[in-house]
Amino acid sequence: MEHGSKVSHTYDFVGSVWSFFRRCVYSIISIGPIPNHIAFIMDGNRRYAKCHGLKPNAGHRMGFLALMSVLQYCYEMGVHYVTVYAFSIDNFNRTPEEVQHVMDLMQDKIEGLLKEESFVNKYGIRVNFWGNLRLLRESVRLAAEKAMAATAENKGAVLSICIAYTSRDEIVHAIQGACKEKYNQNQSSKDVKEDEISIADLESHMYTSGCPDPDIIVRTSGETRLSNFLLWQSSRSYLHVHNALWPEISFCHLVWEILQYQRVQPFLVKQKEKSL
Amino acid sequence: MDSRDKIPSLLTPQFKISQRSGAWMLLSEFCWHLLHFVVHMVHIVSHMVDSFQFYFISSGLLREYDILQVKKLRHLAIIFDSEEAHQTSKIGELISYLLSFGVKHISLYDMEGVLKQSNEMEFILKGLNDSSATSHFEADANPSTAFLDKEKMKLELLSFSDGKEGVAKAASLLYSKYLTDVDIGEHQIEPRFTEADVDGALRSVGCEGPEPDLLLIVGPARCSLGFPAWRMRYTEIVHIGPLGSVKFGAIVKAIYDFSKKHQNYGS
Repeated sequence: MEHGSKVSHTYDFVGSVWSFFRRCVYSIISIGPIPNHIAFIMDGNRRYAKCHGLKPNAGHRMGFLALMSVLQYCYEMGVHYVTVYAFSIDNFNRTPEEVQHVMDLMQDKIEGLLKEESFVNKYGIRVNFWGNLRLLRESVRLAAEKAMAATAENKGAVLSICIAYTSRDEIVHAIQGACKEKYNQNQSSKDVKEDEISIADLESHMYTSGCPDPDIIVRTSGETRLSNFLLWQSSRSYLHVHNALWPEISFCHLVWEILQYQRVQPFLVKQKEKSL
Repeated sequence: MDSRDKIPSLLTPQFKISQRSGAWMLLSEFCWHLLHFVVHMVHIVSHMVDSFQFYFISSGLLREYDILQVKKLRHLAIIFDSEEAHQTSKIGELISYLLSFGVKHISLYDMEGVLKQSNEMEFILKGLNDSSATSHFEADANPSTAFLDKEKMKLELLSFSDGKEGVAKAASLLYSKYLTDVDIGEHQIEPRFTEADVDGALRSVGCEGPEPDLLLIVGPARCSLGFPAWRMRYTEIVHIGPLGSVKFGAIVKAIYDFSKKHQNYGS
């Protein structure tokens, strides 16, 4: 019993030192600009499992743990919006067993988000699910819709999870939404009819409407493509590649990418100003 | 205290600038500059290592780069920072170098359309004709596209307006088609389009084009600067630094790395 309590004290002590260290690092890096929105392409779960002789499913579970730590660090640092690419429409082409497992894992974790002790409640996070949710099995879709409704009033940070998402699908979705809106407007208005769809019309029908464009898009496992993720929104984003696989991503990786972002941020701001 | 009341305090960064004491602030600033100095040094060292590697590649000392398989690379795009896009002689040099790889389609992009301005373009193409004896330039009906005749190589010039504005034009076209369908009673209120419909509409408004296999970013940051979003789904994006310091070895390495890439398109 006494031994157990000693272990627990040591654990608490290490935890406090680690937490203090993190605060010091946040204090230093916040001298420079801190991104408002970071998006992650979580790549490398299966490769990680393969390298460590595990089943692919175990890789996805490790990936979820990595995501939890990354979210905690981001919110502690003051990043207000975090977006993650969890499941692409193309991922439905994987083996039925793997798709089934990922869906089970997602349903389990989405339901977990609503529990009192979850990090969503701890940080008052608003959760969005972006994508063609009709492609998901009903139980996952319902869990996602329930989570969005339950956190809609939260005033804290915003976590957006892209599932059954591709950027092209989002653009098609926005065109459909804009056409429908234009049609309804023209039906109800007696003035001169407007048949042109503008960029702003399209953007108001993107899943990302109301959310600023990402400042940084991070991809892990050394891959250099965006794989159909936020193509529309990434025109002024700094694209960062980590060689680490997603489950290996750590606090140091996050600090490194923020420092890299701070180096190029004046150039990106200039580009934004030019387009205004 | 309700858990929601705790949220603002939890979310507030632990060290608000206004709450920091002067000494702490000074120390933080010193550490921040020190950290950035370290990052800068890391960049200098990695730049030196790269330069050596690029030098060895260019001089043919690294054997694996000699037998470069570029069959996979059909379409290459390059993004320039608009400020650097005025350095036309360097751009011309870069393109004539790329011609030697036998790439069939090269797209050049800069946000403000500096390259599209005719006199700049003429200058680049003149440079191309001088440096590549076998190629012959013939202007296409579309002012932003040029064909290098004998080589059957297509050169395309793009700017910001070919991206989002192009999609908005395509959306307007789809809307007008949708109105016609509604009029003849084929559709109810719900518009339904596919990616193929958008492809077709982009073709009709003159904003279509192939997806580049490889996209080289020439400029200070790894950022796509508004390159047409519809055309970069699975494009490999490689940053090769500002135009002034681009080494040909860097391009060889980017093409070599691309030739070794395997994509499984999500499956």
